[in-house]
Amino acid sequence: MLIKIPKSYDLKESDVTPEDVYLNRRDLLKGMGFLGAGALLATASASAKADWFSKEETAKFKTTPLKYTPDANTDKLILTPESKVISHNNFYEFGAKKNQPAELSQGFKVNPWQLTISGECDKPLTLDYDDLFKMFPLEEHYRKLRCVEAWSMVVPWIGFSLADLLKKVAPNSSAKYLVFETLHDPKQMPGQANRHLGGGIAYPYVEGLRLDEAMNPLTLMSVGLYGKTLPPQNGAPIRLVVPWKYGFKSIKSIVSIKLVSRKPRTTWQKLAPSEYGFYANVNPNHDHPRWSQASERRITSGGLFSRNRIETLPFNGYGEEVADMYKGMNLRKHY
Amino acid sequence: MGDKLTTSHKILVLKCVIHLAAFLPLFNLYYLAFNDLLGADPVQSVIHFTGIGAFNLLLVTLTVSPVAKQLKQGYLLQVRRLLGLYAFTYAFMHLINFLVFDLQLAWSLFFNEVLKRPYITIGMIAFILLTTLAVTSVNSIKRKMGKSWQRLHNVSYLIVILVSVHFYWSVKSELMAPLFYIMLTSVLLAFRYKKIKALILSVFVNKTR
Repeated sequence: MLIKIPKSYDLKESDVTPEDVYLNRRDLLKGMGFLGAGALLATASASAKADWFSKEETAKFKTTPLKYTPDANTDKLILTPESKVISHNNFYEFGAKKNQPAELSQGFKVNPWQLTISGECDKPLTLDYDDLFKMFPLEEHYRKLRCVEAWSMVVPWIGFSLADLLKKVAPNSSAKYLVFETLHDPKQMPGQANRHLGGGIAYPYVEGLRLDEAMNPLTLMSVGLYGKTLPPQNGAPIRLVVPWKYGFKSIKSIVSIKLVSRKPRTTWQKLAPSEYGFYANVNPNHDHPRWSQASERRITSGGLFSRNRIETLPFNGYGEEVADMYKGMNLRKHY
Repeated sequence: MGDKLTTSHKILVLKCVIHLAAFLPLFNLYYLAFNDLLGADPVQSVIHFTGIGAFNLLLVTLTVSPVAKQLKQGYLLQVRRLLGLYAFTYAFMHLINFLVFDLQLAWSLFFNEVLKRPYITIGMIAFILLTTLAVTSVNSIKRKMGKSWQRLHNVSYLIVILVSVHFYWSVKSELMAPLFYIMLTSVLLAFRYKKIKALILSVFVNKTR
């Protein structure tokens, strides 16, 4: 019988680096700022083709064209180019850096999918993948997306209004708030499996809305953008779009919506309550403690010089549709 | 004589390497940024790249003397100024990126941000101190300053501490990278424990006197 006495330098099973972490080791190192000045070259060119370190492109996630009523764009909004909408994302489940979600999410499985609507309602409901696209007629809406980090985009979302979905489940009289949850699947979402990659926020990601906010016609359940189903980095297969609130409210890859009677605690609120509130309405007069919210950079096409710094508008310019909901509330207190 | 020649050759080679390793990334960065090849938000990319680059170079600069001491290779000290000046260059571009490309020369917003945001205030103080060191690095000035030159340049320890705090306060949630840098900074300062202790004491003594 062979008795193996492990040497101090023998590796245990638990010491083996998971393959995905290993394959992304350079990103990890870069993310930690580990490499010296020379290797900075690689970080800078991550999005250009000069990155000779990166592994072969993984097969791109397949999006499919959708049937929908197009937006007439009466506001004459200039859209952010599709290439930028799908490559500049805050989706920490796939990495906390802007370019990581597009790189680390291409193998994400969205079909089958289940979205459960439950809690304080008479007719709880579960939508399967196909239901997401078939239960309601799809409409396109050009909407401004204002990130709390003071940059913004204009995105042609495709989806249906959350109000239509809520009418189906018939909220009861105790339903005052909604709690949304992103899929929790560390096997597919490397940011949930690895704190360095996932930015150290708590998972699953949780967001919330007041019932009247959820019923507002502007509140969209989006299943697509630029004419096709959502790519994973933008929150496939279904995400929320609340354009008068900072981007982190628009939760991605939703698996659960719960109607509840009490105001939920949301992910960013839990992390830094003095910086991120429950309401998170876009408000140029209430600065983030560490930076100004008075203006923003609109991401359009072009390089360094072609960027537009524009004034940020209260409620991101959607005040006409939403300001009434906050009448009598001190929005500096309820930020 | 032969010995001397090889040493100066070594320094020359080292300086060439530093020029290449520090300048080429910067050149590449702006080439990509001006041509919109730097991802969706080139402004954020150039700000982060030059910021972290400046920090890296500061740390490398502070690594030189402990390494030279350990390896008994005194000539290494001669590349410190070049490294420090590159750290200054990166920091300068970091500031320019913020002012010109991010704020797009909105001066009132710039002054507001510098005064109101602690992490930017601290970054700005670090930059002003670093500028002082860069300006006084010229040989003729160095000679004129005599002993006070070294006293002034000890400020580099303070700068690297300020920069650590600046980085730590600037991030939204990803604390790993800033904490790692704070660790590196602490290690480099620990090598100078006695000197820093003496410096602090001398400041304290001067004040009470």
